Amino acid sequence: MHELSIAMSVLELAEEEADRRGGVGVRTIYLKLGALSGVDKQALLSAYELAVEQTQFADCQLIIEDIPTTVYCSKCEAERTIPSIQLFECPECGTPASDVVRGRELQVSALELSE
Amino acid sequence: MTFGPRIVEVRQNVLKHNDQVARELRREFHDAGVFVVSLVSSPGAGKTALLEKTLTRLNQVYRPAALVGDLATENDAVRLARSCAPVKQINTGTLCHLEAAMVRSALEEWKLAGLDFLFVENVGNLVCPSSYDLGENMRVVLLSVTEGEDKPLKYPTIFNTADAAVITKVDLAEAVEFNRQETYKNIQAVRPGMQIIEVSSKSEQGLESWIEFLMQQHYSPRL
Repeated sequence: MHELSIAMSVLELAEEEADRRGGVGVRTIYLKLGALSGVDKQALLSAYELAVEQTQFADCQLIIEDIPTTVYCSKCEAERTIPSIQLFECPECGTPASDVVRGRELQVSALELSE
Repeated sequence: MTFGPRIVEVRQNVLKHNDQVARELRREFHDAGVFVVSLVSSPGAGKTALLEKTLTRLNQVYRPAALVGDLATENDAVRLARSCAPVKQINTGTLCHLEAAMVRSALEEWKLAGLDFLFVENVGNLVCPSSYDLGENMRVVLLSVTEGEDKPLKYPTIFNTADAAVITKVDLAEAVEFNRQETYKNIQAVRPGMQIIEVSSKSEQGLESWIEFLMQQHYSPRL
């Protein structure tokens, strides 16, 4: 379980950004979470609940946007979103595809600030 | 003047500090000419046994060294010290994975330029290590024949982020009715094109191919 340390990193990042903007409050943290990030969404949300209480943003919400895995199919010459990370092949033509274009994200995309 | 709530774009990777340290390490490894291989697997798949044989074998010609991550004990480092290669234990305490900063501080007293190969044995865990770049050139995932052929499907992320797979304990394959075909199929499903090497650290079956593979990877041009 590394979700607690991930949750703490998310909050540290939000704190840094808030400080950089003159110590504003943070209401919402928007996080992009890729299917291949190695982080479990439910575990992260639970860990976040614990971690946020220790910070100055006790009421701050975490909103997670799931990013599915997208691969590049060399046969179709196109990006394809795969329905499951248990099978890396083009859903259109069945060609094995290991070139991951998206899906590894673990990124704070935006913050909702309160002055 | 007052402002209401506003949304600002941030676009920062949560693990940016780790990624930054990993990038610096990768540059240092490159400059020193050391090839760095990290090993990941579930507990008991045979990382330490393979590493002991690997270090002993490479030590005849090259200058290998190893860092081993473990939650609490020094046992692995003691075992690996028998290979006569430099070995250092990283105790992670309660942490279930290694991070780049731990690798960096463990390397502080070592001269990288004096090494050809550095192995980093991660904590036995198929989940948490997948998110953390350690600056390695190659990540190798180990899977023992006793674990069941569906492991890659249960832990697709770690298999997908690995560069090669080593199937260990192949001397037991028959006894445990290891389904080779299914295992290969599952590995290829989550990581098409991944090189697979079969090894028994006990009988040394396949050890030669593994060592050759390491040498090839080290001395082939890197992008």
